[in-house]
Amino acid sequence: MITESDIEHIAELADIGISKDEVPEFTTQFNAILDYFEVLDTVEGESAPDAGAVNVFRDDEPRPSLSQEEVLASAGSTENGFIKAPRVM
Amino acid sequence: MAGTLEFSPDDRYNAFITTCSTAPFTDGALAGTAVAVKDNISTKGIQTTCGSKILEGYVPPYDAYVVELLRQAGAAIVGKTNMDEFGMGTTTETSAFGPTKNPVDPERVPGGSSGGSAAAVAAGLVPMALGTDTGGSIRCPAAFCGIAGLKPTYGRVSRYGLIAYANSLEQIGPMARTVEDVSRLMSVIARYDPRDSTMLDRPYDHRPSAEIKGLRVGIPEEYFGEGVDPRVGERVRDAIGVLEGLGAETVPVSIPGMRHALAAYYVICTSEASSNLARFDGVRYGPAVDTRKSWHEAYQDLRQEMFGTEVRRRIMLGTFALSAGYAGRYYAKAQIARRNIREDFERAFRDADVIAGPTMPTVAFRLGEKSDPLSMYLSDILTVPANLAGIPAISVPCGKVDGLPVGLQLMGRQFEDERVVDAAYAYEQEVRA
Repeated sequence: MITESDIEHIAELADIGISKDEVPEFTTQFNAILDYFEVLDTVEGESAPDAGAVNVFRDDEPRPSLSQEEVLASAGSTENGFIKAPRVM
Repeated sequence: MAGTLEFSPDDRYNAFITTCSTAPFTDGALAGTAVAVKDNISTKGIQTTCGSKILEGYVPPYDAYVVELLRQAGAAIVGKTNMDEFGMGTTTETSAFGPTKNPVDPERVPGGSSGGSAAAVAAGLVPMALGTDTGGSIRCPAAFCGIAGLKPTYGRVSRYGLIAYANSLEQIGPMARTVEDVSRLMSVIARYDPRDSTMLDRPYDHRPSAEIKGLRVGIPEEYFGEGVDPRVGERVRDAIGVLEGLGAETVPVSIPGMRHALAAYYVICTSEASSNLARFDGVRYGPAVDTRKSWHEAYQDLRQEMFGTEVRRRIMLGTFALSAGYAGRYYAKAQIARRNIREDFERAFRDADVIAGPTMPTVAFRLGEKSDPLSMYLSDILTVPANLAGIPAISVPCGKVDGLPVGLQLMGRQFEDERVVDAAYAYEQEVRA
């Protein structure tokens, strides 16, 4: 059973804001969904051994990419060619 | 051959978020063909929102590979279609830009999340559209609107430029009124792209064939059981009968892992979404975050205002399913369930070449009818297995119930998209005759 306080904690972990009056409904719906997920307790089998899949990498050689101008055009707040973000406490 | 298409549609169904009043085109396999693109696929110079306020006004500086391929084929990209926010939904009702209406009955949903693409095609506004399918989001709206839609084998169509929701599950795919056009569009977009490291080099270039003598069609009991409207089941059985009339044989198969499929799907997709949507912070794109606030406060406020309820719910479910103390119970179990389902299909495909069943358990519901999230999730039960297993799956119209379209779903082995298309084509050609 997830409590309202758990919901508030999860929201904080995910940096998702939820308002006080949304919390009760979120909690009820969350619990209903987690009840449904309980069927996974009956899944049989173990984690598979490494299948030997290989990550596809390319050589670390610079290639043409988007220009600084193109990238900065989408950013909300920029300064001297940098993107501005909120302050880190 | 080159020119400009003028496009000012009567968009009474709200199929489009953005339309291009003039769309250039060039020579090629799709020369001059109007194609609509789902709004989670990056189009250079054309607003791309994923149906969300958090990307309102975002204009990508680059094209997705599939869009590059469309342009190279001479297509006219006429607009970006409406969708459930970030692909999270089965009805296009979670869009921040209003729901799309089903052209067959405007009081009903078109399905989702590619509801805008399906409606645009069904309403005759465009002959072809691109959709994306994570848990059924091409096939569901295709079924509900009475058109054809293919979810390709995972790894056959580049996801470069597709704004990710659940990257181990989703594929971009073609939607059109006919299977032949679905195949034509697939032939344009299914090309290897080294920028998508989850792709294999298996291009699709196929003209559908209606020759299906000897094709073994598997009928999974789980697709006709409880929860499936018996009238939908009947239409689909009739359609399978048509395939038999063309020389196919039917064989019973079973996918026992179905009982875990929906839970596994929702754990995996929400987990991936919780990570993929962390990037939406108002810093690099979308409506700007308030940089005067502190980090967490700024992000929480922005994401509360700009993400809809369903998106926030799924991010939270995913965060929870991956969190310390719970990941073993949810995420790990879901991955084992996923492997079991893939193995169930592999076993079934020893006895059958394609597997047939309904695409959706019901016909289109009314707008606003499903307000409870869990009951909405349950509608995905017949579509999610193909995403979990990474296999190709097509929906083709096969009759109606209460005047509303029913979809026949055909699934195939990995990389046998051609065979799945042929079976759908054979059925479609026979009933049109």
